[in-house]
Amino acid sequence: MGTNKIDNLGGQSHLSRSLRRLFRKKIAVICLVLISIIYCLGIFAPIVSPYDYSEQDYTAIRQAPSFEMNEGINGFFTKSHFAGTDRAGRDVFTRVLWGIQNTLILTFIGMITGGLVIGVVFGLMSGYFGGKIDSLIMRVGEIFTVIPSFLLVLIITATLKPRIREWVIWVEDNSFVEGLISSGFIDYFVVSVALVSFGWYGTARLVRSQILYLKESQYIEAARAIGVSHWGIIFKHLLPNALSPIIVTVTMGMGSMVGVEIFLSWVGVGIQPPRPSLGLMLWEGGNISVLRNQPWMLLAPGIVTWIMMLSWNLLGDAMNDVFNPRTR
Amino acid sequence: MWRYVIRRILWLPIILFVVSFITFLLFRVVPGDPVIVILGDRYEPDSIAAINLRHELGYDQPIIIQYTKYMGGVLRGDFGKSSKHGMLPVRDLIFPKMWVSAQLAFVGLLISLIFGVPLGFFIAHHQGTWYDPTSVVITLILMSIAPMISVPGLLWLFCLKLHWVPCSGWNGIFDARILVPAIALGVPGIAGFVRLMRASTLDVLGQEFVRTARAKGLSVLTIDIRHVLRNAIIPVVTVLAFSLAGLIGGAIVTETIMGIPGIGYFSIQSVFNRDYDVLMAVTLVTAFTFVIAMLIADISYSIIDPRIEYD
Repeated sequence: MGTNKIDNLGGQSHLSRSLRRLFRKKIAVICLVLISIIYCLGIFAPIVSPYDYSEQDYTAIRQAPSFEMNEGINGFFTKSHFAGTDRAGRDVFTRVLWGIQNTLILTFIGMITGGLVIGVVFGLMSGYFGGKIDSLIMRVGEIFTVIPSFLLVLIITATLKPRIREWVIWVEDNSFVEGLISSGFIDYFVVSVALVSFGWYGTARLVRSQILYLKESQYIEAARAIGVSHWGIIFKHLLPNALSPIIVTVTMGMGSMVGVEIFLSWVGVGIQPPRPSLGLMLWEGGNISVLRNQPWMLLAPGIVTWIMMLSWNLLGDAMNDVFNPRTR
Repeated sequence: MWRYVIRRILWLPIILFVVSFITFLLFRVVPGDPVIVILGDRYEPDSIAAINLRHELGYDQPIIIQYTKYMGGVLRGDFGKSSKHGMLPVRDLIFPKMWVSAQLAFVGLLISLIFGVPLGFFIAHHQGTWYDPTSVVITLILMSIAPMISVPGLLWLFCLKLHWVPCSGWNGIFDARILVPAIALGVPGIAGFVRLMRASTLDVLGQEFVRTARAKGLSVLTIDIRHVLRNAIIPVVTVLAFSLAGLIGGAIVTETIMGIPGIGYFSIQSVFNRDYDVLMAVTLVTAFTFVIAMLIADISYSIIDPRIEYD
């Protein structure tokens, strides 16, 4: 890692040097651009999308991708079905954009709370304090790993949802809070919990091994000798030095987190209709008779999902190269 | 090292206990009253039927006693009864399906291995040339296709366009219908083995004994096979232990789309039927297999490579 003093003389940190090296990689830049485009389309779905996601047009049911050429540039963007329509005449392109938005929100919540906050804090505590805390956290993590992850998220979502629903109904009945159920809050919450349970252990274990290694260095010993507090050492000295592997795992983990979110809605326990989700669209498009007659229904959500996961995976790989040059 | 092995083995029952207890809580307590699930629409609070059923199934007892009874049954091979499938024993339902999933996953694993290991070995020898990054990128591109996309895509190609195979079904591993699920399961796994094999080969190639072998004038082939390959394959072997344990977990997506009667498809159905005893049994069996595989992997690693120190 960047403990080499000579490297630091130029006044640049390991982080900024690595980032510069990352931007010199063509593949990494392409991936960053693709991710930004897709995510911007998702964030601005209400503005960008030409239709409403639940708008049904019975004059245009199961239409192949079509482009309206006769009404000028404005008509081209608002009247075309770039990715065709589904069985209720809803615009597939619009629904893909809204689906990206859902995936984006959920995977970021899952990654920030599970992968970053919980994973990093547990990893830091586990590595720094060792002993009983370490055993406890690692054993709990082991339990999470022995249950196959897809089954785990499925079970958590399926068993937790009725319970959470009961509680929320109770809360709505007994307080002035209203509209929680109709806002789809439960779906978001349950899926986030499942993603968190899936994501935290990988980061925790990695941070732990980093801390175990860094803990032995002389500057930590020096810090301890001059009486820096535990938390001061952890957050001021250990965490910044463990930052680059954390960035790498988080990036590499995003791809599979997107995959899990899409899997959940594909199975039918994720975001519920009428809200559009990429997983549900893939489920509908993957049906054999739909595949035979309207293959575009799989095409648009499939390509978007694929590019999203691919970009995260390739970006993670590129980051691994620049941040951990020794594994190269 | 032996102290480490013994300590790991002593840990085993504790981990199994905790795993089973958490699984039990997850299925018996979190979703709510199982009697409501079984009776469905016929459920009325405090009705005779509900009270009788609750007593009959032992759900009126404290959770610890329920757990003890359940685990006692599990140790005798009795995983309870399926509430959906006419109260059939769960054991008779899940094990034949696990066998189907295991066969399927085995074929997939074989494909990943056959392509992944030689490719990783090869590109490690050509580090710095264009083969290396290109192969890594291509395998990553293949890995990033989720089965939700790849299975319908392959079906579209092989079933609807080329008419090589029927669109669904299962008839053992020597049937043509295995083509689509085997590709869908095997190809994404190549990337992992390529990376692993590449890293470990590079590691071995940098070692002194390889240089010595070269200096002695051994032929390239002898060095590669007798010295490099034998050492580089060690991490792959330990990862295989996990992969083999994962075989019985089933491939949920692939099995569901293809209508293969495996455990993944059955788990999905059980989630929607709220057949929690089946799900609990599947979770327990896969988790136990994993714990044991993890132990075997760790121990075999410490035997194969004595340099690794465990405290």
